[in-house]
Parts: sequence; structure tokens; C-alpha cells
Amino acid sequence: MRHTISILVENEFGVLSRVAGLFSGRGFNIESLCVAETEDPQVSRMTIVTSGNDQIVEQILKQLNKLIPVLKVVDFTGTDTVDRELVLVKVKADNDTKPEVLRLIDIFRAKIVDVAPRAYTIEMTGGEGKVNAFLQMLRPLGIKDIVRTGKVAISRGM
Amino acid sequence: MQMTGAEIFVRTLADLGVETVFGYPGGAVLHIYDALFQHTKVRHMLCRHEQGAVHMADGYARASGKTGVCLVTSGPGATNTVTGIATAYMDSIPIVVFSGQVPTLLIGNDAFQEADIVGISRPCTKHNYLVKEAKDLPRVIKEAFYIASTGRPGPVLVDMPKDVLVSSARYVLPDKVDVRGYKPNYEGHPKQVESAMRMLLSSERPVVYAGGGVILSNASAELSELTRALSLPITTTLMGMGAFPGSDPLCLGMLGMHGTYQANMAISNADVILAVGARFDDRVTGKIDEFAPHAKIVHIDIDPTSIQKNVRVDVPIVGDLKDVLRKMIKSAKGRKDVAAFREKTSEWREQLADWAKTHPLSYKPAKDKIKPQYVVEQIYRITKGNAIITTEVGQNQMWAAQFYTYDKPRTFLTSGGLGTMGYGLPAAIGAQVAMPGRLVIDIAGDASIQMNIQELATAVQFGVPVKVVILNNRVLGMVRQWQELFFQGKYSETIQPKIPDFVLLAEAYGAKGFRATKTEEVASVLKKGFAAEGPVIIDVEVDPEEMVYPMVPAGAPLTKMLLV
Repeated sequence: MRHTISILVENEFGVLSRVAGLFSGRGFNIESLCVAETEDPQVSRMTIVTSGNDQIVEQILKQLNKLIPVLKVVDFTGTDTVDRELVLVKVKADNDTKPEVLRLIDIFRAKIVDVAPRAYTIEMTGGEGKVNAFLQMLRPLGIKDIVRTGKVAISRGM
Repeated sequence: MQMTGAEIFVRTLADLGVETVFGYPGGAVLHIYDALFQHTKVRHMLCRHEQGAVHMADGYARASGKTGVCLVTSGPGATNTVTGIATAYMDSIPIVVFSGQVPTLLIGNDAFQEADIVGISRPCTKHNYLVKEAKDLPRVIKEAFYIASTGRPGPVLVDMPKDVLVSSARYVLPDKVDVRGYKPNYEGHPKQVESAMRMLLSSERPVVYAGGGVILSNASAELSELTRALSLPITTTLMGMGAFPGSDPLCLGMLGMHGTYQANMAISNADVILAVGARFDDRVTGKIDEFAPHAKIVHIDIDPTSIQKNVRVDVPIVGDLKDVLRKMIKSAKGRKDVAAFREKTSEWREQLADWAKTHPLSYKPAKDKIKPQYVVEQIYRITKGNAIITTEVGQNQMWAAQFYTYDKPRTFLTSGGLGTMGYGLPAAIGAQVAMPGRLVIDIAGDASIQMNIQELATAVQFGVPVKVVILNNRVLGMVRQWQELFFQGKYSETIQPKIPDFVLLAEAYGAKGFRATKTEEVASVLKKGFAAEGPVIIDVEVDPEEMVYPMVPAGAPLTKMLLV
């Protein structure tokens, strides 16, 4: 099962490799990992998407908690959260495909952020499903490059 | 007052009460050695290899319960410590390793004698640091000692670039340590303790399974009190030897791959297992699916990651063993069903005693060959169990565990988790430095001893009177045993046709050497060796074909033991 894990860590060098090393050292796979400073510049938040059975995930959570620079670990799976991902995608945009690309941008509420003679670069944010759907629609039109951030998540309410 | 980083380093150690540092100098730590030169409080012991230095710090820590300290230079000095650090990590031993590092500006440039030791040691330290400013040294060092010795203990590495050691700062040692992300939980939850007691007292075939955590948390007295109050049979892991008196009738001996018949049968037939400070290592459980098939498990451990890791646990209790066991003792005192429980379980204890009688630890004596088990028995007889024993790894280690009886904690020091050959001699030196009045004996094999034999020079230089007994079978005994049992006796690279003359080697280092070649000589040679002053090697030529039994083949259930 897939889990979205949110981790608050001390904002210091080496902490990312401690966390990532914990996964790789035990053969756990990381599907995506996002990290940046929080409202407190001394603290960063990481959002990690990983998968495994209950026992593996329990181990991952406990091991993360054991790391000294880790302040808090929350498994968002099954809780009420908002999550988003950002994708930048470069698509072929010639006279044949342009109208369709523009139509899709409109439907998915995406945005063109760079224009070149034969390509658009498009920015889109959304849940993972929406991002996947958008990319699936663009694919037949000719995708040149994709970069995705991976998921960031925050709990709802309060 | 302004001081250099190097002076701050030494001053911090002194103020934290560090008495002995095991180490090896080099370019990156020259300034520290200069600051140490005329320092009176902190004693530096020069080792002959950085691996030896870490094992010494480790042996010092295991024997004394204090934190061991080690100081090495950058690059190869630091990388040489990795095996020792990993050894301490696997066995949860509190040590702090200080490594020099190339100047900050050169880090990452493949500078001379540079290695990313913080990166290299990350997976085998409890925590590690790269210090970037001299003013941070006192705080970081204090934190390092705190982290190493509290919670589940373990090794901490502090990497110090040369320019940090040269630059100046004011010396301020903080009063308190406050690490936001590190707050070990010492107190076992009272409700969980109550559930554990209920589960235990409802059992008919209970067994206590005690590991090294009992020794680390200094909870032996509490464990004995609880175990005796409830008449609970108890088996210990290799790391738990001495946590409960081995000579007590309730003690079933060691369990697992080379455990006793009764211990393994006890676990396999138990209905409730009380696991204390043990982590269900694969050398203990055998085939995991068939481990303790009838038992409910209560697991007490300070480290939540140990719980539910290998086996399903019915009552988990996270906390310091001393605290949890005290709560259990208190609960036992207030209960009326204790007498009935002891009565109800008496049949179980009789069954265990019966297994002990029918399948004791034993070996077949031979007229013309010295049996290694006999040598260990003689060491026990001569020392009356009062020595501190260290071991190397392999057959020597298992015989030392099986045929010597450990009644007190911190008397059996061995590399349990990592299985590090070459551990025993430096660990013995460290233990002897911590416990100068005690007799410290390294029970060694001829192969293992050669992995850190150079530390004999350290023992001689500092007059550390460790005694090494080599059970010399001229083979890599344990590997040979596996080849004999599982590889049709094809002894690929396990026979050592050329081994040094250990008596001459001892003398070459300035130690004393003795040799026994006949069974009749063993006791007298051991006595002579133990009585001799200074470091001693006693080379005993033992039967090369002797095997360690009982043995549970890897991947087999505990009940499928090969017996003598």
C-alpha cells in the first residue's frame, strides 16, 4: 500500500541523506520526496511517498523517529489531507497540435510559462491523478520533457 | 578566555570526566596531540591500528558501563574505525569516536587523507557530527556523550576539520544538553506493565528471554528479583550472558543456533515469553515461522524499532528495563496469585530440568587430543568464574559462551551482532584499562587473533596484563565446521598450513608466551600464564576436528538441533 509520510526535521546539512539513507539502507523504495523550509527557518518539512506492507511501514516510521534531527513523523495515509504536485511539461506545439494543447490547458487549468517556435512549456498543479490525466492527454501530441516535483501534503483543518 | 579548537577539545573531555582516550595521531589531529602532550587529566593510549583503538574503547565501555573514547586522524585513520564502530553499533555500546578532518575549504576536493567519514559512518552510528566552528565543540562533544550513553546506547562520531582545531574561540561548556529531536522514553506504560503481568501469570509454561539490554540498562538485580520471585525459567542470548547468574538453577543457558537443548526446547514449548532487552536476532530465532509457535510474547525494549521487527508481539512495552522491571516487581508483590502461579508452573520447571539432564552441554573427551571445551572449563575452574572474558569470533566464542559460567554482568564481552574477528584482544585491553584489578582473559582462535595481534604492542607498552588463550586448531574453525556439515567437507581456504609460532610472537612483542600440547599440561600452563606478570599469550594446541554442538542449522527451527 502507498503511504504519504510527512516529516519535520532540523534544517541542517546532511539531514536529507540521513533520511534517504535510512530508506536505501533497508531496501525501502522512495517514490517521491519533497523538502523545503517551513515557517520556522530552522525546521524543514519533507513529504515522502513510499509503499510497503503494514509491518514495513511501521518499521519505516519508527526508524525515522529514531533519527536525531527528526522532530516529528506523521503518516498521512487514511487521514484528511490536501496534497498537490507541480509538473512542468514541454510539448510539441505546431499548427496541427496547438489548438488541442490550448484546449487541454484550459480544461486542466494549466498555464503556459514559456513559448518557443515549436514548443510550449506548461505549468500545472494538482493531485497526482489530475497530473497523470493531463500528461496522458498530452502524450499523443508529443511530450518533449517532463519534470514533476512529487507530492507535497498538509493536513486539513485547524 | 580564548583557546584553540584543539585546546577546547581537550578541555571539554577533561571537564566531562574522560580519563582515557584510545587513539592514533596524524596530520589532521596534530594540534590535539600537541594540546594533549602535557595534559595530566586525560590519558592517551597509543594503539597500533585504529580498529584496535575503537575495540578498546568498546571493551572499556562494556566492562565499566562508562562511555569509551577514541581519537583518530582523517582519511584512513577514520575509515579504519568503521569496523569497530559497526561492532559497537550492532551491540549498542556507548562510544564516542573523534576523527580529524581536512580543513573546511578542502572538504570535498579529494584532499590528501580526506574521506567523507560522516557519510561513511552514517548507517553505523547512532548519530554523527561535522563540527564547523571551534565555538561549537563543547556543545557538540557534550551532546555526543549524551546521545551515545542514553536511550539505546550506541556509537557517535564527531568529525573535526583541521582549521576548526586551529582557530580560536571562547570556551563555554553548556550546563544542559537539549536535543529537540531526541527524547528517549524511559518509563514503561503502567497499563502495559499490568497487561504483561496478567499475561505472564496466566501462563503455564513461561520463559524469560534476556538479552544484552539487561546489562546495558544495569537491570540485572531487578531481573533476578523478578525471575526468582515468580520462579521463571530464564534463557539468555549471547549478549545477555551474565545478565542473570548462569549457575542459578532457573538459568537454562544460552538459546539459539548454539544454545542449549533445554533453552531451545523451552522457547519452542513456551506459552508466554517475556523478552527483555533482546531483539530476536536470526541467530536466536532460527526459522522465524516456527519460532515459539505456541507463545504469546511480551517484549520490553527502550528502542521501539526493536519491537515487532522480527516477530509478532502481544504486549509491547517501550521503556528502560530497570524502570519496567521495578514496576513488574512491585506489581508481583501486590498480587495474591503469585504463589498459585509458582505452584502451577512447577511441572514445567521439572520438564526443563529433565531436558537439561538428558541433553546437557557436553563433548567427547579424547586421550591424545586437547578438547577446546576442556580448556574453557579449566579457565573457569582456575579463575572460579571471577575473570572478565572477552572472545574473538567463531568456535572460540561459542565454547567460551557454553563452557564458562557467567554469574555477573559485564564479565563476558563479545562481538555478538556484527561477529567481528579481531575484537577480543583490543577489547580485553580496553576492559583491563577500565578494571585494572581484574583478571581479563581473551579466549581466542588462531585465525581471529591474527586480525588485531598488533595490539599486543599496546598492551606491552602500557603494561596492560591481559591474558590471551588461543584455542589453536590451525583452521578457521567455524567456517570449517559449516563446510564439514553443509559443503561435503570441502575445506576451501579454511585450513591454515602456515601460522606463526605464537609463543615466539608474544616474545617478539615483549610479552610472555606459553604453550600446552597435552591435556595433562593444560591446567598447569594456564595457571602459570595467568600468574605471570604483564601481557601473556597461552597457545593451546586443540583438536582441529572438534565442532560446536548443539547446532541449529541456518534456516532450521530451534527444535531441529544437531547434538553431540
